[in-house]
Amino acid sequence: MEHSATGRQQSWKTSRSMDLLFRGVTAACAAFVLVIMAGIFVSLVWNSLPTIREFGFSFLFSKAWDPVSQKFGALSSIYGTLMSTAIAMLLAVPLSMVIALFLVELAPPKVSAVVGNAIELLAAVPSIIYGMWGLFVFAPFMADHVQPLLSEYLGWLPFFQGPEMGIGMLTAGIILALMILPFISTVMRDVFAMVPDVMKEAGYGMGATTFEVTKDVTIRYGIQGMIGACLLGLGRAIGETMAITFVIGNSSDIFISLFEAGNSIASRLANEFAEAAEPMYLSALMELGLVLFLMTLILQIITQFWLKRVKKKMGGDLL
Amino acid sequence: MTAALDEKMPRRFTDEETGEEGAKIEAFLHHFQEEDEEDTVSSAKISARNLNFYYGDQQALFDNNLDIAEGRITAIIGPSGCGKSTHLRIYNRIFQLYGNQRAEGEVLLDGKNLLDSGTNLIELRRRIGMIFQKPTPFPLSVFENVAYGLRLHFKMPKSELNGRVESALKKAALFDEVKDKLDKPGVALSGGQQQRLCIARTIALEPEILLMDEPTSAIDPVATRKVEELAEELKGNFTIVIVTHSMQQAARISDFTAFFYKGKIIEYGLTKEMFTNPKQKQTEDYITGRFG
Repeated sequence: MEHSATGRQQSWKTSRSMDLLFRGVTAACAAFVLVIMAGIFVSLVWNSLPTIREFGFSFLFSKAWDPVSQKFGALSSIYGTLMSTAIAMLLAVPLSMVIALFLVELAPPKVSAVVGNAIELLAAVPSIIYGMWGLFVFAPFMADHVQPLLSEYLGWLPFFQGPEMGIGMLTAGIILALMILPFISTVMRDVFAMVPDVMKEAGYGMGATTFEVTKDVTIRYGIQGMIGACLLGLGRAIGETMAITFVIGNSSDIFISLFEAGNSIASRLANEFAEAAEPMYLSALMELGLVLFLMTLILQIITQFWLKRVKKKMGGDLL
Repeated sequence: MTAALDEKMPRRFTDEETGEEGAKIEAFLHHFQEEDEEDTVSSAKISARNLNFYYGDQQALFDNNLDIAEGRITAIIGPSGCGKSTHLRIYNRIFQLYGNQRAEGEVLLDGKNLLDSGTNLIELRRRIGMIFQKPTPFPLSVFENVAYGLRLHFKMPKSELNGRVESALKKAALFDEVKDKLDKPGVALSGGQQQRLCIARTIALEPEILLMDEPTSAIDPVATRKVEELAEELKGNFTIVIVTHSMQQAARISDFTAFFYKGKIIEYGLTKEMFTNPKQKQTEDYITGRFG
């Protein structure tokens, strides 16, 4: 009896030291992430000091980008990044939601599995493939079929005027939407699948139709997860480089028309790093990187606040 | 109640069809029933006839025959996995949400087989409300939860909606506890309050039948007692079928009890008879705690 008691205490002791070790290792790994984050941030700031000193805040509000006369401004890149991301989100979020709802609520299990796998496969396609496909296949298609149609019917809007050359802001946004669609829809599918059956049964049990249950129960129940899914897509869209570089057109100007070419922060960095020989030029690119870093951070913070508000309104975590 | 609403109310609320003579007969029958309340089965609201149920290839219910008495509480008891909930879930055809489940046989609701393919499920589920094991408040405010079904099925002015929500909450003995937080999310209430909120939401539609699938298994004893009292108050206006794990609960509140075992109905009758003088050996073993 006594022997077994000491035995137990012994094993408890060893497990305590194991626990300490375990805690130390995991904490070190977590700290490593923070160190890397801080390191990137500090080196971005450090390397962009020359342009920060030279231009100050005007860097953010100038659309000048002239390496020859050393005039740099981020406005056109910020605009391009936000605009292409906005187009992508506007197209991808509703579409993803519909796809996810179909897969969870309406599709027969076999169809759901096949389509679901296809979407996951789509997520694994490298972005360079999207870029090439966008430039050689999709942009000509846009120029020949989509843009003429848009300018014919929606041409009275300033967004759909100008040269129908295929590449440009709109094409970039659509390609981006295609790229983030699989991410958003797979996460949303998992969110909807997590809504407890009994909640849906309660809806049906009140005499609601599938549409009403989806609208009032499934979507409301999953709203927090859906916001998370959107954030995932947003994070990917805002920093996407290769595909955008191929199709956005790389102009340093800002146009209202979505048919016109533009540039995004990531595409400008990809295009110009190799040629940036002068310290000011390099510093300007570094500062662009810093701006992108901060934009992502701000979006993250806004989403967190939004989530908190939604959570409060819903009365807590639902899933 | 406004005239506009009358049209949309279930038939039993109008006496146009029965006429004066019908009303007399009704009254007579009612009188007759009351007199014999103690020892006769009142008229059946739902009758299951040779009901079989399958999960895929696996048969879960075998030739169930059961009459649910109108305006009374019928308890369904039995050990876990005996098909109690399965049986209950046929009555509002909620099982049909799942592709691999099917029912064979007949379930007569007021003499009409509700398993017919022509049955209007939306109408059926308005007439037969269901309360689940876990409270299932929708992610809406307390008020909107109760108003939910009313908004689904009826168009009514805001003032009447308010009145109906309030009266449903009162009937569910919840109004005093939530009258200051009607705008608060329903999920923020306590478990027992959530369950009574679900009952309010269901009875707001004035269904004829209330199906309760172990309604107190996820809430504490005090809240359980409240739900039981509520069920006893509601009977008469509603036909209640309650699936329960607790034999005490069945004995406390039900008028009739059906004992299920392995998908078969072993015994069915007046609760007090079954608990004092069970006819079947298996029933006796179960209620005396020898198994289950």
